[in-house]
Amino acid sequence: MTEPIVMYKDVHKSFGDVSVLRGIDLDIKPGEKVAVIGPSGSGKTTIIRMLMTLEQPTSGSIIVDGKNLWQMEKGGQLVPANEKHLREVRGDIGMVFQHFNLFPHMTILENCMTAPVQVKKEDKATAKKHSIEMLEKVGLGDKLDNYPSQLSGGQKQRVAMARALVMRPKIMLFDEVTSALDPELVGEVLEVIRDIAKEGEMAMVLVTHEMDFALDVADRVLFLDNGVIAEQGPPSQVLEHSENERLQSFLHRFRK
Amino acid sequence: MNNWSWEIFLEAFPYVLEGIGITIGLTIACYLFALIFGFIWTFVRRIPVKPVRWVILWIMEFIRSTPPLVQLFFIYYAWPMVPGIGMTLSPFTSAVLGLGIHYSTYIGEVYRSGIDGVDKGQWEASRALNFSTRQKWTKIILPQAIPPTIPMLGNYLIIMFKEVPLASTIGVVGILQMANNFGAENWRYLEPLTIVAILFLVLSYPSAILINKLERKMNRRFDKKTPTGSKPISKANAPG
Repeated sequence: MTEPIVMYKDVHKSFGDVSVLRGIDLDIKPGEKVAVIGPSGSGKTTIIRMLMTLEQPTSGSIIVDGKNLWQMEKGGQLVPANEKHLREVRGDIGMVFQHFNLFPHMTILENCMTAPVQVKKEDKATAKKHSIEMLEKVGLGDKLDNYPSQLSGGQKQRVAMARALVMRPKIMLFDEVTSALDPELVGEVLEVIRDIAKEGEMAMVLVTHEMDFALDVADRVLFLDNGVIAEQGPPSQVLEHSENERLQSFLHRFRK
Repeated sequence: MNNWSWEIFLEAFPYVLEGIGITIGLTIACYLFALIFGFIWTFVRRIPVKPVRWVILWIMEFIRSTPPLVQLFFIYYAWPMVPGIGMTLSPFTSAVLGLGIHYSTYIGEVYRSGIDGVDKGQWEASRALNFSTRQKWTKIILPQAIPPTIPMLGNYLIIMFKEVPLASTIGVVGILQMANNFGAENWRYLEPLTIVAILFLVLSYPSAILINKLERKMNRRFDKKTPTGSKPISKANAPG
């Protein structure tokens, strides 16, 4: 059996007095596609934001590829991780955001190239070649010199995916990537994610409201409710044969 | 005898003009100092230790609430007498320090407003792409934070230019002091001081226009909502 690439161990998260996650235990295998569903406010986005180091867990630990993400050893003791440690451990993680977060002062090509050149120290020609390949793959090979403000939402989101992919992460996080899009643009983005998923090697965690998509792409679906994983399993089982009442009423609202 | 005389005007003009190099030089020196020192304020204010932040905020408030003229006098006359760290500074250096530090506190605020204006998502994307702290600032945050502040920074350049005559009080001989000297020697003040006013106008006004242009150019480059028309698109579609 392969070692999980990500392990959550009894992870809790509160914002002030509000307890958002109340004990998350979760293993993700290399290459596994996990869809996270649940009502808004159930903490699904927080789960992946902690993995991307955008939020710090209140307690518990997250292990990435055998390394403790939020704690590090110092003089034989576990202490809160510093920026350097976070940077080392999160190097294999990529993320696509709900609001794209493209760099508005850079062209599409620069958006993709900058991180490989700056962070991974790839030489410019190589980074450029890979970036162009990736942008062609998401169908934007003709927009290289455009600025993000000149693209549609769906195009922006595809650039954001190319930008994350050129870093060759082992784990990709998708945070409601279609929620900010006009309905007619959702399809093109999901199409790209499907293509990426087919290639297989990369683990993916998708926070989503697109149930059909989850059914189609995911190996496993988690239903998050009230800060805990209330139900999980293969998509067909969770989405079609679950007896969890909360899950059924949640799904019911979507199918109306 | 007190009537306007073009003869005196023409005589005073080259005399007063001799001070222009000092006036412009001092403006530029003060401004550069303030631009650089402003960054220091901006960043020490971000140190995540509360007592440090309070001290910094208090110092900034103190500097802003004290008249620049008082600060100039202090640096030039009183500083040399401070035991231990005091030293005598030239009038020019004193003026650069005094006006530079005073305006750096304002410019630090301008930078801060620019940085606060950068969308939270940009910081998150920088983390997600694993930029180092330095790269995050130099490649992502500052290139977005600074352009919107250019009009404000430009205004401070013009304000600074107009404040520089303060330095004549500690003996920096710019155009104002030259006009004064001319007046004292010839007992004619009307013409030389008019020349000073004209020189300030002639330099301030084009600077304002230039800054305006720069602002528009910057906004075009870092275009916000509105696409810049067909030009970049046609470039992207062009073969090759």
